[in-house]
Amino acid sequence: MATKAKAKTASTNGKAAHWVGKKLKRKEDPRLIQGISHYTDDFKLAGMVYCVLVRSPHAHAEIRAIRTDAARALPGVLAILTSEDTSAIGPVPCAMQMPDLKVPRHPVLAMGRVRYLGEPVAAIVAEDAYTAADAAELVEVDYEPLPVVTDMEKALSADTPYVHDEFKSNQAFTHTLKNGDIDAAFKKADHVVSQRMINQRLAPIAMEPRAVLAEYLPGENRLTVWSSTQIPHLLKTQISIMVGLPETAVRVIAPEVGGGFGSKLNVYAEEGIVPWLAMKLGRPVKWNETRSENFLATIHGRDTINYVELALKKDGAILGLRARILADLGAYHQLLTPLIPQLTALMHAGCYKIPAIQIDVVGVFTNKMSTDAYRGAGRPEACYNVERIMDIGARELGMDPVAFRLKNFPQPKEFPYTTITGLTYDSAKYQESLKKALKLAGYDALRKRQKAGWKIGKYYGIGVSTYVEICAIGPSAATPAGGWESGTVRIEPTGKVTLLTGASPHGQGEETTFAQLIADELGIDPDDINVVHGDTLAVPYGIGTFGSRGTAVGGTAAYLATQKLKVKMATLAAHLLGCKPSDITIGRGRLSAKGGKKSISFGELVMSAYTARNIPAGFEPGMEATHFFEPSNFTFPFGTHIASVEVDAETGEVKIEKYVAVDDCGNVINPMLVDGQIHGGIAQGMGQAMWEELIYNEDGQLLTGSLMDYVIPKAHFFPEFTLDRTVTPSPVNPMGVKGVGEAGTIASTPCMVNAVCDALSPLGVRHIEMPLKPERVWKAIAGAQSGAQSNGQEPQFPPELSRAKRGSSAKASKSSTRRRP
Amino acid sequence: MKKNVTINVNGVDHRAAVEPRLLLVHFLREVAGLTGTHVGCETSLCGACTVLLDGRAVKSCTVLTVQADGRKVTTVEGLASGGKLHPIQEGFWEEHGLQCGFCTPGMILCSHDLLEHHPSPTDSEIREAINGNLCRCTGYQHIVAAVRTASRKMSKRVTARAGAR
Repeated sequence: MATKAKAKTASTNGKAAHWVGKKLKRKEDPRLIQGISHYTDDFKLAGMVYCVLVRSPHAHAEIRAIRTDAARALPGVLAILTSEDTSAIGPVPCAMQMPDLKVPRHPVLAMGRVRYLGEPVAAIVAEDAYTAADAAELVEVDYEPLPVVTDMEKALSADTPYVHDEFKSNQAFTHTLKNGDIDAAFKKADHVVSQRMINQRLAPIAMEPRAVLAEYLPGENRLTVWSSTQIPHLLKTQISIMVGLPETAVRVIAPEVGGGFGSKLNVYAEEGIVPWLAMKLGRPVKWNETRSENFLATIHGRDTINYVELALKKDGAILGLRARILADLGAYHQLLTPLIPQLTALMHAGCYKIPAIQIDVVGVFTNKMSTDAYRGAGRPEACYNVERIMDIGARELGMDPVAFRLKNFPQPKEFPYTTITGLTYDSAKYQESLKKALKLAGYDALRKRQKAGWKIGKYYGIGVSTYVEICAIGPSAATPAGGWESGTVRIEPTGKVTLLTGASPHGQGEETTFAQLIADELGIDPDDINVVHGDTLAVPYGIGTFGSRGTAVGGTAAYLATQKLKVKMATLAAHLLGCKPSDITIGRGRLSAKGGKKSISFGELVMSAYTARNIPAGFEPGMEATHFFEPSNFTFPFGTHIASVEVDAETGEVKIEKYVAVDDCGNVINPMLVDGQIHGGIAQGMGQAMWEELIYNEDGQLLTGSLMDYVIPKAHFFPEFTLDRTVTPSPVNPMGVKGVGEAGTIASTPCMVNAVCDALSPLGVRHIEMPLKPERVWKAIAGAQSGAQSNGQEPQFPPELSRAKRGSSAKASKSSTRRRP
Repeated sequence: MKKNVTINVNGVDHRAAVEPRLLLVHFLREVAGLTGTHVGCETSLCGACTVLLDGRAVKSCTVLTVQADGRKVTTVEGLASGGKLHPIQEGFWEEHGLQCGFCTPGMILCSHDLLEHHPSPTDSEIREAINGNLCRCTGYQHIVAAVRTASRKMSKRVTARAGAR
């Protein structure tokens, strides 16, 4: 690769990396641990007023009338707006374009009809937040409830109500990915296994709810919007379109952002309403999302029904994989809603050699909040389908799931490996990662204990998940809004360095890791580097932090900008020292000519670039360089996770005993931060497997819409995770990094379900739907015993666990005759 | 009708006339101007708003300002002294006990309550003690390490102080 070659010629003075690879404490932490940093809600502007939204209590209804007189009469209320007043605001944008995609108009306030619970219908502005909330209570809306559709399978039936009448269908799009002779694969298969699997709807729940603050200065024609967002630049463009200002008049600032997980990789109605209100009222307006609103009106994740089939030869070789995926999109498209299930389709090759594949996706409108990117964004769903069906296939053949996987992995020498889905995996050693994890987990001993346990009615399970994910998103050709990233490195006259990155982070620690990688290149201390992000007026246009792209794309942009700067530094140093630029080496705060006799300090050199009295002909004064990095491919991190569990067959309770993760994210800049990403990822993936579930009832009411009802995992839910890594550098970028933000989430969900199903395999349990609540696990056991479909779903299973019906290995179980209500 | 309150926050008395319904977290953020205490759920379930009220951890989103009248509140801004971080803050920094940092002030003050009353907790005691504080970033493992490190630092200081006497 050209970029790689260039980077090598300009590399730092023969020294091994000094800062890269170190467990450096984070530069951002002192302000965060002292509570003196600023999230959006921490800004208070002179004359600032507060916005509260009135939201629909119905999932589907006609709006007959909205009466605001009582609310308006409340002292301190400044404005109340409904869709009649906000028709000038452009719709909530969707970035996706597909041939058959139905795109409903998505107004910022509901126009005539509400289509999901929590859809905003009116906006109130008052002098203080309490008054605004009081006024919201006084707004009366007459609704005429309409039939509701929340079940995506029913939504496709003939007698369903439509979410959008104009389409005469709830089918939003179809997408097929097909390659190889899939029919022949299934025809010649010795075994075919199939499974229906539900990937339930989840709430991202960043700890900081969304917040928007806007100020408009008419004299300067300057709209400044502070928003808790992962994509300040894309948001700036979209706000200018929504409110009708030239983009040059709009500045977006993403200050401290309290977590995102994809939920802030979006453009929301409030990001149109609040700036527009600030312009209309001539006062700064702030809106804070409540946690209840966060559950109702911030995007949700997952929510697919999957029918997966695997064609196998009797020796364990995979012949083909087929899946039909229904994706519940909710009522409207948010920014990337239709993209997510397509990413799911794309990743169905997993880390296996699959000769033929067919994935059919149907996107479905329902009367629910939109789904969109939530940590992993389509890949966890794919990994779940693949890793579950691999386990089910292995069991069908009577093979150990590890042997089965090893049989179907591509060999390291086959990389770059082109998958049946058309992707080119950059680099991997799946075998090495798996073997390392097996050793760390004590796999053989766990299997031995499991066999002994089954004889005495103890159900130990071992879950293995070998995952691959698609990261560093991505080449622009495969990304809706550009897949590149920007980096500007500026050495100030005093020798301090400012790095401007378009990859605006929200907790990932880029102020530290980017400083580490630039410090090595310039031979200076990371403390002398200030990483600036999130302010569109200061930072050149960028894309943002999501899809595990921050370091691999944003970091590479910064790295390559630094290489440009080093060329410039060498040119000036050579001029001042009287040698050739190629004779200059940079390191330890100095630039030296070959032989080391003549040198100039970093500070002197930089100052002379600014004083510009002695520079070569044609040399541009100053010391700044910008690079827009367009990656040539995605990166494909991978790894193996192993969970060891014990299931109480009497109660269905799952005890997580051990969790081992061996991840490969390529080269590592800061191992402590990489571990943190993996820990957090595992917790979220395990959260899906074990506890988390957004449940809408058939009226479209959200039954798990609070932190009381929706189980965000707590500290004591988890064992201590055991981490290790392999390092397979990526050839896609000069630093050899891959990305790690989503790995844990992608791997851990199937790992946990594999473990629990493995534990219960002698009882005839084959699959249990997530989350693996005790009730569901218990029902699956009971169902398997009574011969019903063992998927943890209805119908009601008989309450008795009959000893006689148990497998012979379970005879000693003390649980077998216990009666359950 | 507004009520006069005097609340000592981090050693400084704050006097104000407040609505009886004003939540303590809003008093701290809007009246006292201390925005280190965060609002994550308004229902005492996430713990982001945890502060110390007379030395004990409380969730300030479910305490009324008038209930704190005449009492002492410690927020995260009140922990470091003389430019020196509190050992718990050091622990969080050294062990990477935070990512986005939003839950961190509450997590630190909850840990403060634990370590003041139980200076040498086991890991599982730490996990139990912080179970009213949610973190979505870290998976808690580095938070547990942070509290463990803080416990070690604090007991060393106690030993050092005792030795000096």
